Amino acid sequence: MSDAQAQDEHAPEAGHEADYLRADGGLRGWLLTIDHKRIGIMFYGLVLLFLLLGGLFAMILRAELITPEPTLIQADTYNRMFTLHGVIMVWLFMIPSIPNVFGNFLLPLMLGAKDLAFPRLNLASLYVFALGALVTLGGAVAGGADTGWTFYAPYSTTTPTAVVPIVTGIFILGVSSIMTGLNFIVTTHTMRAEGMTWTRVPLFVWAIYATSVIILFATPVLGMSITLVGIDHIYHFGIFDPALGGDPVLFQHIFWFYSHPAVYIMILPAMGVISEVVSTFCQKPPASYMAIFISSLGIAFVGFFTWGHHMFVAGMSTFDAGVFGALSMFVAIFSAIKVFTWVATMYRGSIRFSTPMLYFLFFLFLFVFGGMTGVAVATQSLDVHWHDTYFVVAHFHFIMVGATLTGFLAAAHYWFPKMFGRMYSERMGLLTSAAVFAGFFLTFFPQFLLGNAGMPRRYYAYPERFQWLNALSSGGSFLLGGALLLTLVNLLVALRWGRKATPNPWDSRGFEWETATMPIKHNFAVPPRIQRGPYDYHLTEEEAHARVSPG
Amino acid sequence: MPASRLAEHFEDLEKQTHAARLGMWIFLGSETLLFGALFGLYGAYRAMYPEAFAAAAAHNSIWIGSINTVVLITSSLTVALAVVAVRANLGRRAGVLLLVSLLFGVTFLVLKGMEYADHIHHGILPGSAYHFHELPSAGANRFFSLYYLLTGLHALHVIAGMIFLGAVSVGCFRGRYDNRYHTPVELGGLYWHLIDIIWIFLWPLLYLTRP
Amino acid sequence: MNEFLRRLLFLPPQRSTIAAEIDHLHYLVITITMIGATLVAAIGGYFLIRYRRRKDPDGRPNATSGTRSALKAEAAVLVVLGALFLWLWWIGYRQYMRLAIPPEESLDVYVTGKKWMWKFAYPHGAASVSEMYVPAGRPVRLIMTSRDVIHSFFVPDFRIKQDVVPGRYTTAWFEAVQPGTYEILCTEYCGTEHSYMRGHVVALGPEDYARWLKSDDALQPREPRAALDERIERGGPPLPVQMQLGETTMARRGERAAAEHGCLRCHTLDGSRHIGPTFGGLYGQKVPLEGGGEALVDEAFITASIMDPAAVIHRGFAPVMPSYLGRLEPAEVAGIVELIRSLRLVRPAPGALEEGIRSFETLEEQAR
Repeated sequence: MSDAQAQDEHAPEAGHEADYLRADGGLRGWLLTIDHKRIGIMFYGLVLLFLLLGGLFAMILRAELITPEPTLIQADTYNRMFTLHGVIMVWLFMIPSIPNVFGNFLLPLMLGAKDLAFPRLNLASLYVFALGALVTLGGAVAGGADTGWTFYAPYSTTTPTAVVPIVTGIFILGVSSIMTGLNFIVTTHTMRAEGMTWTRVPLFVWAIYATSVIILFATPVLGMSITLVGIDHIYHFGIFDPALGGDPVLFQHIFWFYSHPAVYIMILPAMGVISEVVSTFCQKPPASYMAIFISSLGIAFVGFFTWGHHMFVAGMSTFDAGVFGALSMFVAIFSAIKVFTWVATMYRGSIRFSTPMLYFLFFLFLFVFGGMTGVAVATQSLDVHWHDTYFVVAHFHFIMVGATLTGFLAAAHYWFPKMFGRMYSERMGLLTSAAVFAGFFLTFFPQFLLGNAGMPRRYYAYPERFQWLNALSSGGSFLLGGALLLTLVNLLVALRWGRKATPNPWDSRGFEWETATMPIKHNFAVPPRIQRGPYDYHLTEEEAHARVSPG
Repeated sequence: MPASRLAEHFEDLEKQTHAARLGMWIFLGSETLLFGALFGLYGAYRAMYPEAFAAAAAHNSIWIGSINTVVLITSSLTVALAVVAVRANLGRRAGVLLLVSLLFGVTFLVLKGMEYADHIHHGILPGSAYHFHELPSAGANRFFSLYYLLTGLHALHVIAGMIFLGAVSVGCFRGRYDNRYHTPVELGGLYWHLIDIIWIFLWPLLYLTRP
Repeated sequence: MNEFLRRLLFLPPQRSTIAAEIDHLHYLVITITMIGATLVAAIGGYFLIRYRRRKDPDGRPNATSGTRSALKAEAAVLVVLGALFLWLWWIGYRQYMRLAIPPEESLDVYVTGKKWMWKFAYPHGAASVSEMYVPAGRPVRLIMTSRDVIHSFFVPDFRIKQDVVPGRYTTAWFEAVQPGTYEILCTEYCGTEHSYMRGHVVALGPEDYARWLKSDDALQPREPRAALDERIERGGPPLPVQMQLGETTMARRGERAAAEHGCLRCHTLDGSRHIGPTFGGLYGQKVPLEGGGEALVDEAFITASIMDPAAVIHRGFAPVMPSYLGRLEPAEVAGIVELIRSLRLVRPAPGALEEGIRSFETLEEQAR
C-alpha cells in the first residue's frame, strides 16, 4: 500500500469524477435520483422546513400563554395549533430527522457500500413522505384536528374537526418510515464492505439499526390504531366507543404500545450521533463499544414493555401499574450505561472544543436531567400528581426534543464538511449552540415547576398564579426560536461562503471520512476493504487510511 | 441474461437475492404486526365478553370458513409447486400453477363475499349500523366489528397478493425466470404464504370457538 | 425544611393526609435528579477542560487508556443505580397502592364529568355542580364516570388525580386535613373549554358540614336518616314500587330507576327469591359464577353486571337479563349501586342467592 494509492482514494479516477452534488445536474437529476446522498439532502430540506413550521406554531402557543386569559387566539384555534405542533414535530421532524437525513446520507458511506440495498424504495419513501406530509398539512388547512397528537378516543372519534385527513397523513408517513427502516436493516446485513465484521460496524449504524427495528415493529400497530380512529370517526364502528360496548382505554394501550417505543425511535439515532461525535472529538474509541451497542438493543427491546406508565391514572390495575413502573426503570439503567460510557470516553482524551462537542455537552445535560425526571415520573405516586401536567410536557421536551435536537444539530455541524465540502464558522457555531441551549433551558425548566404547581397541559387559559413562570417559558421559547434561526443562517452562509473543507477536517477514523469530501456519486471509485475498526485512533491517519483501501 | 438483473450497487447476484429475501421477510414481520394490533383488540374484547364472542362465532358459517381454509391452503401448495417448477426451469408450468392459485384466490373472495352478503341481509353490520336481533348484546357487536376489520384487511391482502402473483405469472409465461434468477416468484410465494398463515389464525378465532 | 422545599419546588399546599408523604418522596427524587444531572455535566465539563487538545504535536492520546478501569467503575455504579431506582419504585408503588385503595367506611360521592363541568351527587340525596361539599377530616371516596369523553379529576392540593372514563367507573379518595376550598382541574384534554373545566372541593368543619347537610330543604331525605337505617336493618318490607318525583336519597332515586327500567320485575328488594338474585343483602357477598370462580359484589361488579349481564353470570340464575348499556343514565346507575349498598343489611331468604326461579310456572306455583 503506497502513499500514491492512498492519494488516489481521495481524488478518485485521476481526481476528476464530479461529486454527488454536481453529477447529473438539473431538476430531473434530483427528482428521479436514486443516490442515497441526494435523497438524504432532500429529506434535510423537508425536515428543516417542518422544524421551522412546528417551531412557529410553538411560539404562537407560547405567545398566547403569556397571559392567563385568552388574548391572541381563540380556544379552538389554540387546540388545533397544539395538535398540529405535536403532529408536525413528532412525525414530520423528530422521527425522520436523523435517520432519514443523516442515516440516508451516511449509512452506505460508513458501511463501504455504493448505495442502500433498495435505492428505488428509498426514493419512493421520500415521495411517500412528501405525500403524507401534504395530506397531513392539507388536513390542517381543511380545518385541522383538535385532539392533541395522542388522538385519545372517544374525543377523537366524536370531534367534528378534520381528524380523518390527519390520521390518513400519519398512516402514510408510517408507510414511509417502514420503507426506510426496512432498507436500513437490509443494507446493514447485506451491503457491508469486505472485511467489515459485525464488531467493526460504526455505532451510528447500530443506533440506526436499532431504530429501524423499533420502526418495523411499532409503526404498524400505530398505523392500525389511528386507522381505527379514522374508521370510527367516519363509519361509527365504535371500536373504542363505550356506548357500543367498546373500551376507550384500549385505544391508549395500543397507541402507547407504539408511541412509547417511538420515543426511542427519536432518541436512539441522536445517541448514535453523539457516540460518533464524542469519539472523534476526543480522538479516542468509545470507552466501550459493546456497552453502547448492547444498551441500544436493550433500550429497543425493553422499550416495548413500558407503555403502561403513560396510564397510571387511566384506571389500570395496581398490579399492572407496578410491573410497568418497575420495567420502566430498566430503560433508565440502559440509558445510564450510555451516559457513563460517553463520559468515560472523554477521560484522558485529546478533546477538541468545537460546536459538535458543545452540543454533546448540552445533550449530556438534557439527557441526564430528562432521563432522571423520567425515573421520577415512572415512580407511580409522583406520577399521579404529575400526569398530564406541564411537568410531563417539560420532561418529554427535555429528553425527546432536547436530546433529538442537540443530536440533530451536532450531526448537522459535524458532518457539514462531508455533506457540503465547506466549513461553517466555528465562532458562530459555538455562539448559536450556547444560545440554543439557553433558550431551551429557559423554555422548559419553568415548565417543570409549573407542573409541580399543578398546571395541566393543553390549557389555553390558566389560573393567575401560574403566570410569571409561563411568561418566563414564553420568553425562553422566543430565544430558542431566534437561536435556531441563527444556527440555520450560519450553516446557509457557510454553504456559499465557507472555507473549503479538507478531506478529513476533524481527523476522524470513521469510514465515512475515507471517501472523497464531498463524496462522488457511487461513494467509492473502488470497493473498499476494511481491515480496521471505525475508532482506531491509535493508528496515524495514513495507517488508518491504508487499512480501508483495496490492496 | 441474469447478469442484467444485477443492480449497479450490488457486487453479485447472490448478494442481491439475499437482500431481496431478507427485505421480504422483514416486511412480512411488519405486516404481521399490522394484524397484531387487531388480534390484540380481539383478545381484549374476548376477555371482556366471552359468552357473546362464542355465540357470535357460532353464528358464522363453519362451512364457509372451513372451505375457505382448505381453499387457501391448497392455493399455498400450488404456489409452492410453482416455485419448485421455476427452479427446475419449467417457466410455463410455474405460470399455470400460479394461475390456478389465482383461481383459488377468487374462490376464496367469492365465498367471503357470499358470507358478507348473508351477514348484511341479517342486519349484521359493524358498529352503530348493527341490528341483528338474535344476538343483541354489545359483545356480539364488538365481535362483528372486529370480524369485518380482520376479514376486510385480510381480503385486501388477498387482492394485493393476487395482483402480485398475476404479474409474476405473466413473467413466467414470458420466460423471464429460470433456475438462476427467480426472486420475484419466491417473494410472491412468501407473501401468499403469509396471507395463508394469517387466515389460519383467523379461522379458529372467527369460526371455531363455540360456546 | 418541608415548607422550604415545597416552596422551592412550587408545590401546592399539602392539604390531604397523604400529600406530605408523597412530597417527601418528591424531594428525594428531585434532589437525586439534580445532583445526578449536575454531576454528570460537571464531570463532562471538567474533562473538556482537563483533557483539551494541546498544541503539542505528538499529543496523540493513548487510545485505550482508562477503558478497563472505567468499565469496572461503570458496572459498580450501575448496580448501585439499579438498586436506587428500584428502591424509589418500591416507595412510589406503596404510596400508589395507598392512593388506589380507599379506607373502609369512607363517605361516597358520585362524580360525573361532562363537557365542561363536574357534577356531584351525595348518598343523602343532594347534588351539586362544580362545588363538592365534603367533611374535613374524614375519608371521601369518589366514584366517577363520564358522560361523554375522558376527563381527569385533579386536585393539586390533595396530590390526587384519576381519569374519568365513559362507560367505566373509576375511584379515587382523599381526606382533607383542614376545612378550606381546593381547586379541581380537568387534566385530560376534553375540547374547547378544557381549560375552564374547573371546580372546587369545599371541605367543611363538623358544624358547617352538619349545617350544609340540613341547609336546603329540597335536599333533605323525606324520612329521617335514622328511620331509614332502622328499616334497612329490620330487612323490612320492600319500598313501594310507585315512586314520586323529588325522591331525595341516592338510594331512593336508584329504586325509582330500578322500577322504571324493570329491574324489580326480576330482582326483589326484601331478600326473597325471584328470577334474578335479590338485591337484599347482596352487596359485599361473594357469589359463585357460572363457569367457575366467584366474584365479590362491589360497585365494579354491579355496574359490570348492569352493562353486560352475560359477561359474568351468577351461578344458579338464568342468563336472561338484557344489557342496559346506553339505556341508563350514569346517575341512575349510581343510584342503583347505592340502592343495593343500602340494602346490604337485609337478610336474604334461604336459597334466594343460590338459585333463581327458572320459569313462570314455578312462579305461579309459588304464588299458589
